[in-house]
Amino acid sequence: MPENASKTIVIDPVTRIEGHAKITLHLNDEGGVDDAHFHVTQFRGFEKFCEGRPFSEMPSLMARICGICPVSHLIASAKACDALLAVRIPPTAEKLRRVFGLAQVVQSHALSFFHLSSPDLLLGMDADPAKSNLFGVFEQKPELARDGIRLRQFGQQIIERLGGKRIHPAWVVPGGVSEPLSELDRDAILAGVSEALKITERTLEWFKSITENFREEIASFGTFATLFLGIVKKDGGLTFYDGAIRIVSAAGDVVANGLEPADYQQYIGEKVERWSYLKSPYYMPTGYPDGIYRVGPLARLNVADRCGTPRADQELAEFHELQRTAVLSSFHYHHPRLIEMLYCVERLEQLLNDPEILSKHVRAIARPNAPEGVGCCEAPRGTLIHHYKIDEQGLMRWANLIIATGHNSMAMNRSILQVAKHFVRGGCMTTGMLNRVEAVIRAYDPCLSCTTHAWGEMPLVVQLLNPSGEILDEVRRSC
Amino acid sequence: MSKIRLATVWLDGCSGCHMSFLDMDEALITLSEKANLVYSPLVDAKVYPDSVDVALVEGAVATEQDLHKIQLIRKHTKTLVSLGDCAVTANVPSMRNPFGVKAVCDRAYRENVTLDAGIPDQVVPKLLERVRPIHEVVPVDVFVPGCPPSADTIHFVLSELLEGRQPDLGSKTRFGA
Repeated sequence: MPENASKTIVIDPVTRIEGHAKITLHLNDEGGVDDAHFHVTQFRGFEKFCEGRPFSEMPSLMARICGICPVSHLIASAKACDALLAVRIPPTAEKLRRVFGLAQVVQSHALSFFHLSSPDLLLGMDADPAKSNLFGVFEQKPELARDGIRLRQFGQQIIERLGGKRIHPAWVVPGGVSEPLSELDRDAILAGVSEALKITERTLEWFKSITENFREEIASFGTFATLFLGIVKKDGGLTFYDGAIRIVSAAGDVVANGLEPADYQQYIGEKVERWSYLKSPYYMPTGYPDGIYRVGPLARLNVADRCGTPRADQELAEFHELQRTAVLSSFHYHHPRLIEMLYCVERLEQLLNDPEILSKHVRAIARPNAPEGVGCCEAPRGTLIHHYKIDEQGLMRWANLIIATGHNSMAMNRSILQVAKHFVRGGCMTTGMLNRVEAVIRAYDPCLSCTTHAWGEMPLVVQLLNPSGEILDEVRRSC
Repeated sequence: MSKIRLATVWLDGCSGCHMSFLDMDEALITLSEKANLVYSPLVDAKVYPDSVDVALVEGAVATEQDLHKIQLIRKHTKTLVSLGDCAVTANVPSMRNPFGVKAVCDRAYRENVTLDAGIPDQVVPKLLERVRPIHEVVPVDVFVPGCPPSADTIHFVLSELLEGRQPDLGSKTRFGA
């Protein structure tokens, strides 16, 4: 072996995730795993190419960061623009944006759970890759696949009714929303609530009944101490739209509370890894790498005191019985994802039953009044921050974006190392071993189109790389 | 009749076109009776198969990897469909072209950074100086504009191709739809 070279397993592309990535596992002489890297291979440059454009274009432009959670980008962007206008938006506009955001969490979580991860959960981690997909789930348990399609459709149809189209609607604007909600559309959405609740509840029951089969995965899928970060309401309750940032430790203790999202640069640092287009944010007071934290469903339910809706709160109490401290295994991301869907359906029903939701006053009109604005919300995958600076004409001068999946960068890397060390051992590489390495990534539900993409004609290859990543030699391996 | 071999590919885009594909909802199940999804971010195949009947390609060509990928896809695919505005025009991804790769990378990896500023250059694919639509790189058989094209439009395109007809999109979609 040439000097400074090491054997590397490359999983490329990582499949059934929302984006393009590859994983490299660096092997030692005994065939065990020494190090593991999750490489995000796409970068687009929104922070720069928005320059010179009117700030009012930002919600629609920034929504194009991601086709899975465009609504979160619309909301964070519009909130940053609200700050530039220095207006308080009409209460009905805020409620409508909340409903919009909740509907999106339902469709996005449904995609993650049913379309992408349920094949691993139903068919097992060692299943035939040709069957490990939604169509394979349909053959084995058609009601599960249908439930997934139906629940995602429920969320997407709400987005369509409110915003005019399912993907990249232009309805959220600086100062509010562009059109009020009609009584007809409200009633049509409410008519679907009961079925959505039933689907979510039976999926939760099914999930809880199978977790016993995944003890080894629960113990090794990113089971380690980190901080957890998320927005909570003033009373400590779960929220997706507005609140202050709270950070809790692995022990479950509050480390920081009431942090203003607008001050994020004071406590969130961003580190570059030269082997990925995804930056690694960390909690600055603890420094790098100890400032590792997780965001998203698992983090939100670790930081929030309650959900605030009856059925979701019952499920939350049961979830906390899993562990007396914060719940630490990233395998458990699936469980809070289901609880959050329950919350979202319950909560959007409450909001839609508020008579004020039909008010026609949904937009505050103003000219830009502040040179700088920060918008923050909880996207399906975690805390999302948009930060803009404009000139006197309202043209964009600068932007910084911290995307939900980005916060989990360090944790995802540490998780694949843990899984790989546990499951990938010398000798024969099996599909099941490598699928588990991918499955832990699916648990995080990373949205890589958001963050910054891969490709492989070489599914299972051992490559000999030098330290700068140059391929010196490669051998195909199969079993 | 044997099932057609369908692939969906995602180059430099936002996945919105793939989400619109999923927005066919229950029609996905009916589609699976007529077509095998042999390669897609939604299934686990890691290797682009030797012969694919129809490939729906989302996104523009933005990296050396995209370039390599689309050439391979063209070689192994009968009907290549440019799906969505990014594939058809390069759209949003090409907004970086006037600024250049250095300027967009400097903003993200040198300016907006707290620790270890520097442009990622290991393992990750090199960004092309200019982002291009697919037909500038390889011949394309069907163009489907839209940001994204609606699920109904995608369903129409696939149904026509399944019947062996060239889809006449007429008023069904438009740029930015």
